[in-house]
Amino acid sequence: MSSGSTVLLRTRLYDAHVKSGAKLVPFAGWEMPVSYPQGIIAEVTSVRTGAGMFDVSHMGRLRVTGHGAVSFLGTVCSANVAGIRPGRSRYHLICNEAGGIIDDAIVYRLDDEECLLVVNAGNKKAVLEWMLPRAQKMGGVSITDTSSDFAMIAVQGPDAVGTVDRISNGGGSRIRPFQIGTIEVAGASMLAGRTGYTGEDGFEVMPASGVAIRVWDRLIAEGVMPCGLGARDVCRLEAGLMLHGVDMTVENNPYEAGLERFLYLDSPGYIAAEALRQIRDQGTRRTIAGFRVLERAIARHGYQVFQGESVVGVVTSGTHSPTLDADIGMGYFDRAFASPGTKLSIDVRGRRVSAEIVSLPFYARARA
Amino acid sequence: MAAENPKDLKYSKEHEWARVSGGSAVIGITHFAQDSLGDIVYVSIPGVGSNVRQFQKMGEVESVKAVSDLFSPLSGKVVERNEELLKNPETLNKAPFGGGWLIKVHLSDPAEIDNLMDAEAYDRHTADGH
Repeated sequence: MSSGSTVLLRTRLYDAHVKSGAKLVPFAGWEMPVSYPQGIIAEVTSVRTGAGMFDVSHMGRLRVTGHGAVSFLGTVCSANVAGIRPGRSRYHLICNEAGGIIDDAIVYRLDDEECLLVVNAGNKKAVLEWMLPRAQKMGGVSITDTSSDFAMIAVQGPDAVGTVDRISNGGGSRIRPFQIGTIEVAGASMLAGRTGYTGEDGFEVMPASGVAIRVWDRLIAEGVMPCGLGARDVCRLEAGLMLHGVDMTVENNPYEAGLERFLYLDSPGYIAAEALRQIRDQGTRRTIAGFRVLERAIARHGYQVFQGESVVGVVTSGTHSPTLDADIGMGYFDRAFASPGTKLSIDVRGRRVSAEIVSLPFYARARA
Repeated sequence: MAAENPKDLKYSKEHEWARVSGGSAVIGITHFAQDSLGDIVYVSIPGVGSNVRQFQKMGEVESVKAVSDLFSPLSGKVVERNEELLKNPETLNKAPFGGGWLIKVHLSDPAEIDNLMDAEAYDRHTADGH
């Protein structure tokens, strides 16, 4: 490969990935594992049937503190941050004045005056540029980029909670779904959020950088399979979860992205509220929807979707789902063609393949 | 992990191999190619009776991650194709130089073999990650 000038960042777990024989690729400025020698399908299967883990230390972790922290976050986040009790979290969107989605994020309420905002690696800069001047103007709030102070390991799957319990003396299961708490692993204490991006139960464990490898190795010793970005993409798509930068960009609004259930427009001073109300009242021409390809073919990002000879949509994500043994995807469709059961065709590199709109998610875990 | 590239095969820059015997050749993709692609889910290869041309597209191989074109290392008429592989594409990952072969071609121009690399040259070609 010829472009030798870009310096890629490495997480604290880089050496562990190399030791495991991971295939490393550039991702959002980071050198990240895309897969390990066992392959994407085995990795996805581990997440669906046992426990897999992902190094997600590249994600941005912004600590927002001060007596104005919660009210500030209410002005920039689509969640009712003031209504989140300490120890809980909420998925939401960070929108600009026009209602465009700058990023999707999880806000963890750590305390009365302290929140942790987890943002996508590729959007951290844009989020900071959006937030910092507004925080400064408002006062009483400080935003610290703590991304390099902590690693983040997502342990996911039906055995994830049991596994984290074993390495934390039962600390894992004391944290309920969508909560965040402190656990002790390998003699160190660390935050663990019971959240994830795979459709499975599990944790996002945040050890200090210095102990990250120790925690990773403990999990390896427990039989947790390391999984790369390839498996992460399959898992999140099977679970009907969107990827910012692929399924939505700043050009999209939450209504067409099908994310209106994550909007709370009544936080005092919420910057995007007016634009979002207007978009809501006007309605959107298109909407995100899931589809299944009815032939053996993968419809990938950017492929056009047809009804007869008219273009009625575009694919944003597509893959082969090993869990369902089906070719699945999502994209934007004119609303008239976005209802489950609608038959469409997709141009797969010059070949028209038939597809059907289905409801999301493609995969939902069995709940006890 | 790196599997040996068999000495009795000829290789193309695009990571296809040819096992030439008499006037025909069995064609496949290399270990390097399958390893770069990852888990292969679909293979599309020309049917018996169709013609393939050296270094021209002859099909596609698709993994969970990406789709790649297949280029024929030699010209000729397809006399056999690996029907088993179409049913079990993962064979390409497991045995790229064996059970994962793609097609057998009756060569139209055996002199084209000189345009291919031997195993040693192909080792060098892949050593820097191409």
